[in-house]
Amino acid sequence: MFVCHCGTNIAGTVDVEAVADAMKSESGVVYSATYQYMCSQSGQDIIKKAIRDYELGGIVVCSCSPRMHEATFRKAASSVGMNPYMVEIANIREQCSWVHKNREDATSKAITLARAAVAKLKLNFPLTPGESGVTKRALVIGGGIAGIQTALDIADAGYKVDIVEKSPTIGGKMAQLDKTFPTLDCAACILTPKMVDAAQNENIRIFSYSEVESVSGYVGNFTVTVKKKARYVKEDVCTGCGLCTEKCPRKKIPSEFNLGMDNRSAVYIPFAQAVPKVAVIDSEHCMMLKENKCGVCSKVCTAGAIDYTQKDEYIEEKYGAIVVATGYEPISLERFGEYARGMSPDVITSLEFERLTSAAGPTHGKLVRPSDKMKPNTVVFVQCVGSRCEPSLGKGKEYCSKICCMYTAKHAMLTKEKYPDAEVYVFYIDVRTPGKNFDEFYRRAAEEYGVKYIKGMVGKITPDGERLNVSASDLICRKKLEIKADLVVLAAAIEPSPTARALATKLASSMDTNGFFTEAHPKLRPVESPTAGVFLSGACQGPRDIPETVAQAGAAAAKVIGLLSKERLTANPCVAVCDEEMCSGCSVCGNVCPYGAITYVEKEFRVPGGRTKARRVASVNEAVCQGCGCCAVACMSGAMELKGFMSSQIMAEVDAICRTSR
Amino acid sequence: MVKVSYYPGCTLKNKAKELDKYAVRCAEILGVEMEEIENWQCCGGVFCDSSDEVATKLSAVRALACAARRKTPLVTVCTACHNVIKRTLHALRYDAVFSERVRNYLGDEAKGAENAEVYHYLELLRDVVGFETLKGKVVNELKGKRVAAYYGCLFLRPGSVMQTDDAEDPRIMESFIKSLGAEPVIYPMRNECCGAYTFFEEKEAALKKGAAVLKSAENFGADLIAAACPLCRYNLESSSKSLPGGAEKKLPVVYFTELLAEALGVKEARYGM
Repeated sequence: MFVCHCGTNIAGTVDVEAVADAMKSESGVVYSATYQYMCSQSGQDIIKKAIRDYELGGIVVCSCSPRMHEATFRKAASSVGMNPYMVEIANIREQCSWVHKNREDATSKAITLARAAVAKLKLNFPLTPGESGVTKRALVIGGGIAGIQTALDIADAGYKVDIVEKSPTIGGKMAQLDKTFPTLDCAACILTPKMVDAAQNENIRIFSYSEVESVSGYVGNFTVTVKKKARYVKEDVCTGCGLCTEKCPRKKIPSEFNLGMDNRSAVYIPFAQAVPKVAVIDSEHCMMLKENKCGVCSKVCTAGAIDYTQKDEYIEEKYGAIVVATGYEPISLERFGEYARGMSPDVITSLEFERLTSAAGPTHGKLVRPSDKMKPNTVVFVQCVGSRCEPSLGKGKEYCSKICCMYTAKHAMLTKEKYPDAEVYVFYIDVRTPGKNFDEFYRRAAEEYGVKYIKGMVGKITPDGERLNVSASDLICRKKLEIKADLVVLAAAIEPSPTARALATKLASSMDTNGFFTEAHPKLRPVESPTAGVFLSGACQGPRDIPETVAQAGAAAAKVIGLLSKERLTANPCVAVCDEEMCSGCSVCGNVCPYGAITYVEKEFRVPGGRTKARRVASVNEAVCQGCGCCAVACMSGAMELKGFMSSQIMAEVDAICRTSR
Repeated sequence: MVKVSYYPGCTLKNKAKELDKYAVRCAEILGVEMEEIENWQCCGGVFCDSSDEVATKLSAVRALACAARRKTPLVTVCTACHNVIKRTLHALRYDAVFSERVRNYLGDEAKGAENAEVYHYLELLRDVVGFETLKGKVVNELKGKRVAAYYGCLFLRPGSVMQTDDAEDPRIMESFIKSLGAEPVIYPMRNECCGAYTFFEEKEAALKKGAAVLKSAENFGADLIAAACPLCRYNLESSSKSLPGGAEKKLPVVYFTELLAEALGVKEARYGM
């Protein structure tokens, strides 16, 4: 019995010496000691020495949560020859000292918890983990900057990696940006070389215009079906010359890439630097596909790449690791009627502003009002549109979208650079600019460029003739402001991609209340999902700017490389096991298993009279089982058990607790 | 015939008779019998915002209790009354201190008030009658008229309590106007305040607010404005009179019930073609 002080974390509330003393007289306990930090090297040495000196069969460590240091103590025990599953943790920190104030009560509870752990330990038996192989190929879902960077880093280490991207091209949101903060270098100049690198890297395969259809298997051994949507253009034949897009008679389709601010044809290449640079036919608008009339693209294509009969294709592939990089979308501003977005084309979102200032955008980089293509003299930026919203409003998001303060400062500066005489206002709740060179950047906007930062929110925007009447409050001067603006830019909150939820279900990966992917530990395991073998990269995990996304992409890649570099993976031995004598083959356990680890087999069993009889029983695939215990709870005959957490062990703990409290 | 309890409110019996009379007669045509509740009193009007005051809300509680006793929904036409009654109902349901104080005042008289169901006349048209049914009963389509609905504030706000429609981008009055055959005009100031009771203290401020609404509706090509609140109409009309220009240039402001009555043939055609 090893009782940890955890500095004053435990010892401040629990009389650790009293716990150790009480446990000395507990049946089965031959050694009981305390130490300041059991997890430290000297603490571990105490444990190792005791195991050797007393030839211990098992140990109980009264310390913090097993999530924290169970692995540490198991490793220590196993280094001196003890089976690591003969180590039990009594959590007397999170579940005792941290939540109680009264020293006497806390001490008595700690003793109870220690007794329960001893009772369980008496029924423990050594467990040996199984092993499985690793498929040396990774899957990256999402081809934005997060996915591209992750794939490049994994490929660089010499592993095969596939990118699945739902749009016809990789590049994601970053491809739509004009300049990037805080250096104002152009997004395309730093992104497009990476896109080309990804396309040319022999370790990378890009499935563009594709989606993940289904996922099965487990860490090291995932089987994924990718749906390659029919693009009606042979990808390996198309040269990307663009002749078809010029000749296509259907030209009035709002361009996705330019956010509907200009049009594209029914057969199109999303933008000039698209990767792969291959045309795609939009089946919703193509007259040939809809009415079997036209066929112009097929006639003009010299390469013969057009194929109207193409069907969706399903590709099955095995992967050792999966990286989610599904990114974000700006929220819909439908419920923000006060900003009059539906009433005036001169109320735009920040992403639309990016397209307006981009040299490759609908105006070739000329910043003009969408309504009359005139120069805007007064531009109002509104931050936190849908971010940091009160939940009672029933619209918007409670969280801070994090990137808006910086890109709004960037937009304000770009406006001033193009039109030094323009009046530029930024309305904000708070300006949040932590990050390297970020605050300096914002101050440059305010101080050098003369952008007028006003603390307060815009309450209403009213189209008034050709201009926009912006009603706002200035909280510092305690004034109501009315500004006549030519252009209003709304910094819409960002939310996870709408495709993320369905994907999370397929991956059995969890999401938080806002729909962002959950990390295994918010501080210590930020790029791993709680599902083994699934990693997170970029804004799918939370609002994130480009520098952070690239850093996280590298971190996720490092985790993947670490996994793929292993020849064999050690599985968790605490898995379900079926007592076939008791199993009735009722299928309840198979139905509740979230991992598909349970199958049913016919087996011969001896029956009285020296005969045998075939019976259907459950069988657990130990490599797939994650040890969640659902089956053990659901089993009506008590045949299903979880190793390391057998019913008898749990009941022994309960008994020990009840005995003490009586 | 669907039976409902009807709370008219003071103004509808004096200055705004067009709201009351046409609402009741049109309802009959649409298969709704509006039965006035007995002994109703003033809703408390302007005092609705004094949240620490219970006495001004007792009239609303009585009206709610009366409708609950009759087991029929309570219908209002004036948006100010509607606001007071709806907010009182919300307080009865979710504010334990308030409901206890109400019980101390009224005893059994308040019984069941929190169970009442409250509809504004427009909600009655939308949710009980249905705009499609209404469309079918129209005999005199208001074709070609561009009607700007004026919501004001009390009909929609606070959004979480009123739950009538999206407070920032409402559609209920526009749908109503469409079902009469007219063309709704969506303009930005339709849910801004008309100046309300400031008219009697700071007339200039109120006139300015009203003028902004009129101008906005005019800019978006409205032929007339439809209001649901007597005070809104009064303020808009006062603002209109104070603006330069002859009477023929001015936007008429009417009650929505007048348009309804015209479309259903209850009232002689004035705004229809």
